[in-house]
Amino acid sequence: MNIYEKMMSIDRRILFVLIALSVIIPLLKPLLLPINVTKEAKHLYEFVDELKPGDVVLLSLDYDPSTMAECHPMALSILRQCFSRGIKVIVTSLARPEGLGTAEMALTQAAKEYRKKNGEDYVFLGYKPNAAAVVLAMGENFRLAFPNDFYGSDLENIPMIKGLKNYKNIRIVVTVSGSAIIDTWVIYAGGRYGVPIGAGVTAVMATDYYKYLQSGQLVGLLGGLKGAAEYEKLIKHPDMATKGMDGQNIAHLMIVFFIIIGNIGYFLGKKAKASKGMGG
Amino acid sequence: MNKKLQTRDKGCLRWWILPLAALIFLLALGGGVWAQSPGDTLPPSPPSGVTAFDTPNDAGRNITIDWQLSPDDVRGGKTVKGYDILRSESQEGEFEVVGSVVAGISTFQDDKVDNHKGYFYKVKAKDHLFSESEIVGPVETSGQWYNTNRTVVLIFVVLFTTLVIYFVSSAKKGKKLYVRPIPGMDAVDEAVGRATEMGRPILYILGLSTISDVATIASLTILGRVAKKVAEFQSKLIVPCYDPIVMTVAQEVVKNAYLDAGRPDAYDESNIWFLSQSQFAYAAGVNGIMLRERTATNFYLGMFYAESLILAETGNIAGSIQIAGTDAVVQLPFFITSCDYTLIGEEFYAASAYLSREPKLLGSIKAQDWGKLGLITLIILGGFFASLHIDAFVNLFTVGH
Amino acid sequence: MAIQFFIPHQISLEVYRGALDWLMIIAGFTMVLGIGSLIIHHTNKLKHQGEGWGYSVVTLLGLVVMAIAGVRGMGIDTPFMQIFIYAQNPIQATMFSLLAFFIASAAYRAFRARSFVATLLLLAAIIVMIGRVPIGAKIWPPIRDISNWLLDYPNMVAKRAIVLGVGLGMISTALKIILGIERSYLGGGK
Repeated sequence: MNIYEKMMSIDRRILFVLIALSVIIPLLKPLLLPINVTKEAKHLYEFVDELKPGDVVLLSLDYDPSTMAECHPMALSILRQCFSRGIKVIVTSLARPEGLGTAEMALTQAAKEYRKKNGEDYVFLGYKPNAAAVVLAMGENFRLAFPNDFYGSDLENIPMIKGLKNYKNIRIVVTVSGSAIIDTWVIYAGGRYGVPIGAGVTAVMATDYYKYLQSGQLVGLLGGLKGAAEYEKLIKHPDMATKGMDGQNIAHLMIVFFIIIGNIGYFLGKKAKASKGMGG
Repeated sequence: MNKKLQTRDKGCLRWWILPLAALIFLLALGGGVWAQSPGDTLPPSPPSGVTAFDTPNDAGRNITIDWQLSPDDVRGGKTVKGYDILRSESQEGEFEVVGSVVAGISTFQDDKVDNHKGYFYKVKAKDHLFSESEIVGPVETSGQWYNTNRTVVLIFVVLFTTLVIYFVSSAKKGKKLYVRPIPGMDAVDEAVGRATEMGRPILYILGLSTISDVATIASLTILGRVAKKVAEFQSKLIVPCYDPIVMTVAQEVVKNAYLDAGRPDAYDESNIWFLSQSQFAYAAGVNGIMLRERTATNFYLGMFYAESLILAETGNIAGSIQIAGTDAVVQLPFFITSCDYTLIGEEFYAASAYLSREPKLLGSIKAQDWGKLGLITLIILGGFFASLHIDAFVNLFTVGH
Repeated sequence: MAIQFFIPHQISLEVYRGALDWLMIIAGFTMVLGIGSLIIHHTNKLKHQGEGWGYSVVTLLGLVVMAIAGVRGMGIDTPFMQIFIYAQNPIQATMFSLLAFFIASAAYRAFRARSFVATLLLLAAIIVMIGRVPIGAKIWPPIRDISNWLLDYPNMVAKRAIVLGVGLGMISTALKIILGIERSYLGGGK
C-alpha cells in the first residue's frame, strides 16, 4: 500500500482518538475564544427580556439525557433569565419519560440559585404521553392535560396557576428539544392558538427550523451548544456551554483536516496510478 | 338674663357656622382642584362607534367588542388610562365590568357568556373620571359549523383528493403510467439475494416513530413487500421495533407476507420484537444486532432522529448493504454519506407503489406529480407578484385560526 | 380529526376532546404490550442460552430494579432518580457522543471530490463547519457570512423543495389508506 492509499484509508480508530483529544485538551486548557451572538438568539433573548415581572412563560423541556449536553445549558439559561426578572414559569416535558429527570434537574438548580418557590414562582407539570394531544389540550385548558402537577398537587390549589386557563394567559412558549416536537408546538400551539413560540434545538436540527424563523412562526432559535453559549453570553452567566465551545472549535477544524488529507490522498493517488499506467 | 344669653349665644353660634361651612367648602373644592392635574376637571371623551358581534369561526360563548378610541386617548391630550367593558343582560339592567384593557387597545373578547342569550355592552373610557359610550345590543353568540378562515386548505384538499381519485381510476381502466426508476428500490432484489447467498440475515428498521406517523405506515407497506421477497428467497428477516403497537402491526404484516409467499412455516414471530422505546438504547440494541448477527442487508425506512448516523455507520463497519429512506430531511445527509442507496423525501412514499407496480398505487404517484406542478406554478406566480409588491395574490392563501 | 379541523362548533370540539383523552389513555396502555414482548423475548433467549444471553439478564434485571425503585417514588432524592442521574444519563449521553466520532469517520470516507456535485458538497461542508464556530471568524471573517448565506438560501431552498414533496407524499399516502387503496400495512395482501 503506497502513501496515498494509506492517506485514503486511515484506520477509523486513529480518527476517533484524534477527535477525543481535540475535545479533551481545550477543556483542560481553555482557549477562551470570543462568542458572536446570532440574530436568532438575540431575538429570543429580547422577547423574554421585554416581558414584565409576573408575566408567565411556558417552558417545555422536551429533551432527554442523550441531548443534555446541548439542551441543558439552554434550559438553564432561559430559566435563569426568567427567574432573575421575576417572570413566572410553567415547565413541562413532553417528548419522552426520560426527559422528566433532566427537566426537574434544570428547574431545581435554577430555582435554588434564585430562591424561587414551587407553586408561587414556578409550576412543574411533568410528562404526559402523546405530545400532540397534550399540546392541543393545553390550548383549551391546562387542567385537561394536567389535572395535577408533577408532585401531585391539584392545579386548582396552586396559587401561581389558579387564574391561568390556557395559552391566552401565556406570553411565550419556549421549547428546548432534541426531537421534532418543535413542529408540534409550532403547528398546534402557534398555528392554532396563536401563542408566540421560541425554540432551542440540537445543532443538527437547527438548520431544519430556519424556515419557521423566516416565516415568523418562531420568535427566535438557539442552535446547539453554540446557541446555548450565545444565550449564556446574553444573560451574562457563562457556564457549561461557554466552556464546551473551545472543544467544538478544535473538533471542527480536525474534521476539516481529515477531509483535506483524504482528498489529497485521493487526487495524488489517482495521478500516481495514471502515470504508472502510462509508464507501464 | 339666662334667656338673653341663650338667645345671644344662639345668635353667636349661627353667625360663625355659616362662614366656617363656606370656608370648609372652599377648602374642599380648592383641595380637589389641587389634587387634580391643572385644568382637568372634565372626564375624558367617551369612545364611539362601539360594535359587539358574535366572534366568528369559533365554538361559541365568545363575543367581540370593538370601538373607536376616545379622542383623548392620544399623546399630548388628556390621558386615558384604559377602558372598562361593561355587560348587562338587559338595556335598563345593571351593568357589570367584564374586562379591562389598557389605553390604545380598541378590542376585547368576552368569553364568559352563554350561547343564544342576548347581551348588551357599553365601553367606559377612564382616567380618574370616566365617560361611557352608547349601549349596543342585544347580541347573541353561537358556535359556527364551518371555519371560513380555513377555506383555502379545504380547496387544496378537495383538489388534491380529486386528482388522486382521477389518476387511480385511470390506472384501473388500464392506462399505462410511467414512473422513473428509483435506484434504491431497484436494489432490493439484489440486496435480498446477497443476504441469501451469504447465509446472513436481513435487518429491517421501521424507524423511531409511532403508528400514527405516516412515515411508519409507509415503511410497513414496504416491509410487507420486502418480507414477501425474503420469504421467497428463504432468508431470515429481523425486525427490532421501537414502538409496541408498531411491533404488533409488523408481526401481522410479515406473517401475511410469508403466507402470500407460500411459506407460513418459515415465519418466526420471535424475529419481530419490541427492543426499546428509548432512542439511544434502541440504537445501541440495533448496533449490537448488526455486529453480532453480521447482517448482510440493512433497511432503514421510516422516521429517524439523531441515531441515524450511529446506525448507518455501524452498518458500514459491519460491511452490510444499506438502503435508507426517510422523510426526516435533517437525517438525509447522514444516510447519504453512509448508505449505498437513499430514498429522498417522497421517493420513500412512492416506494411501495414502485415495488408492487400496482396500477392503483402508481396512479397516486401521478397525482402527487401533478400536485407538485401546481405548487411550482403557484410559487412562480407568488414570487412574481411579490416582486411587484402586489400582496393580494399571496393574501389569497392566508390561513387564519 | 381531519374534518374537525374545519368545524369549530362545540359538538365537534367535544368529540375532538374525547378523542384526545382516548389517545392519551391508549398511549399509556401500549407500554404493557411492549414490556410483555421484551420479557418474552429475553426469557426465551435465557431458556435457550442464545448468543449474548448475558445481556438478557442485564436487561431483565434493569427492568425489575427500576420498576421497584419507581414505585417508591420519583422525586429528586429517590433511588429511581439517583439511578437515572448517575447511570442512565451518562450512558445515553455516551451513545449520543458516538455521533462526534462517527461524523468524523463518515466525513473522512464520504467527502471525496469524485465528481462536480461531490466537490460542491465537500466545499459547502467545509465552509459551514468552519463558519459555524467562533474560530472560523478568527481565521477568515467573511466565512461566517458565507456560511449563513449557504444555510439561509441554498440549504433552505433544497429543504423546502423536499418538504413540499414530502407533504404531498404524506397526503397521498394518507388518502390511499383512508380510501382503502393501500392495504398492505394491514397485513392483508392485495
